[in-house]
Amino acid sequence: MKNRIVLYFSATQSEQPIIYQLVKEYDLVVNILKANINPQKEGLMVMELTGEKDNYDSGIEYLSSLGIACEPLSETVMWNEALCIQCGACASFCPTEALAMERESMEVSFDNSKCVVCGMCLECCPTRAITLHFDIKEAV
Amino acid sequence: MSYQKSYEEINEKIRKGEAVVVTAEEVIDIVEEKGYAQAAREIDVVTTGTFGPMCSSGAFINFGHANPRIKMKKVWLNGVEAYTGMAAVDAYLGAGQLPESDPENKVYPGRFTYGGGHVIQDLVAGKEVRLEAIAYGTDCYPNRALETIITLDDVNEAFMFNPRNAYQNYNCAVNLGDRPLYTYMGILRPKLGNAAYSTSGQLSPLLNDPHYKTIGIGTRIFLGGGIGYVSWNGTQHHPNVLRGENGVPKTPAGTLSVIGDLKQMDPNWLVGLSYVGYGATMAIGIGIPIPILDEEILHYTAVKDEDIFCPIVDFFEGYPYKKDIDLGFANFKELKSGKITINGKQVVTTPQSSYPRARKIAATLKEWITAGKFEISQPVQMLPGADSNIDFKSIPDRHPANGIIFNSRMGGNKYEK
Ligand code: SF4
Ligand code: SF4
Repeated sequence: MKNRIVLYFSATQSEQPIIYQLVKEYDLVVNILKANINPQKEGLMVMELTGEKDNYDSGIEYLSSLGIACEPLSETVMWNEALCIQCGACASFCPTEALAMERESMEVSFDNSKCVVCGMCLECCPTRAITLHFDIKEAV
Repeated sequence: MSYQKSYEEINEKIRKGEAVVVTAEEVIDIVEEKGYAQAAREIDVVTTGTFGPMCSSGAFINFGHANPRIKMKKVWLNGVEAYTGMAAVDAYLGAGQLPESDPENKVYPGRFTYGGGHVIQDLVAGKEVRLEAIAYGTDCYPNRALETIITLDDVNEAFMFNPRNAYQNYNCAVNLGDRPLYTYMGILRPKLGNAAYSTSGQLSPLLNDPHYKTIGIGTRIFLGGGIGYVSWNGTQHHPNVLRGENGVPKTPAGTLSVIGDLKQMDPNWLVGLSYVGYGATMAIGIGIPIPILDEEILHYTAVKDEDIFCPIVDFFEGYPYKKDIDLGFANFKELKSGKITINGKQVVTTPQSSYPRARKIAATLKEWITAGKFEISQPVQMLPGADSNIDFKSIPDRHPANGIIFNSRMGGNKYEK
């Protein structure tokens, strides 16, 4: 299985060789998508874990046993209206009409509640007005 | 002989604040209501607009001299190289130029997040930009390298000079292949997954003056939020193509080369773009006023989306390998509805140019003219028209006859032993 998770950890926890352990002991493939550690060594890490279901579950158990909070990652898509030139390209790729064009005015608008984060719009926008954001709490 | 107006008569009305100016959209309804004869008397100017990617664009910049003086051999702005094979501190920055560090399509499809168009937008936005230059040094220009930070205010001249803009009509691009294509028309999904089109249709400058009766060399225009001029026909200007009964070309045809002072332009109307898998470019806003000199010209400006057709072209094999694949034509009303039918299949349409922005340009130009801030200009020379005999040329495949030596970069290795 493959899952994206966010880990929140404190200073003592950040000194643990967790990535090494996940790879070596639990046979998981770890892909770090984002890491943010402050000077006090507290922080968060967004990672993608891939491996057998049993290994994955034990790996998560291991992290929890260290007191590291693990949560499934939720991603959101943001539309920066100020950068958008209203070309309409994204609306033709969006499968859910979250990005949709009003045909009379030919203007594009974004309705976050309809977005399923499929990512289709991210590639096609020439002004990079659409970006993917990881929904992350303030680090503990 | 029907009613006629001269450029000077129209300008006199503009100066007095009495000119009747409408956009190329508004004129359609007015003509329907009042008829051509009446509308031609009343309307003085019809404004057009287009806002979309125009790769063949760039700007000339004169940086002024450093101390000691430098004859630039190479120059970069934010890491993007500008061409400086001219006088010491003159350069031309092209919209499609990439930084040398750009990974291009090595990891396919590349992102092309920053290029010449983005630099131009940054400059116009008043941002600070890194200037680097190298030189070999001469007695008159001893400096060999410089590195500094500049803004648009620091340079002497900066003028946009675009070899090819405002294409009169353009292909509608589709993909008959079985993998996605990353093109200058955007992403084309396989097996007729979408159809990408450009130009603003009934608002587009050259579609409203299909025979270039008023748009010519010297025409004053809206360019990038400022005032510019048509400087020549654009590159690949090919007016002698298939046209409809209304005179509108049914394939890509005329083009314009335009010029204007970058220092009075606006970053909202010059926007750097990144086309995944293709490259960097920029969107340029252009608006052209069309003086209603007579009823015939009014006829042209009243053209509607449903009467403008463009060819549907396959970008899997048809376009890149110049194969003839007939997929018919689409009209702009259908294209703008969001779906067209190709070979009996419904296909979603993907616009490249921004219709809301084109509308805004036409409206802005209307405002300028109505307020007496912008006068129309009579071309000093007309562009080659539909009756010209222009050959659309390709690069010939030749190699030198035995014993003749040409200077070359690659040593002529491709052909000669
Ligand atoms: S991520 Fe997918 S669903 Fe969400 S706006 Fe983009 S294309 Fe639409
Ligand atoms: S593709 Fe980008 S610039 Fe074009 S309408 Fe969508 S968000 Fe705006």
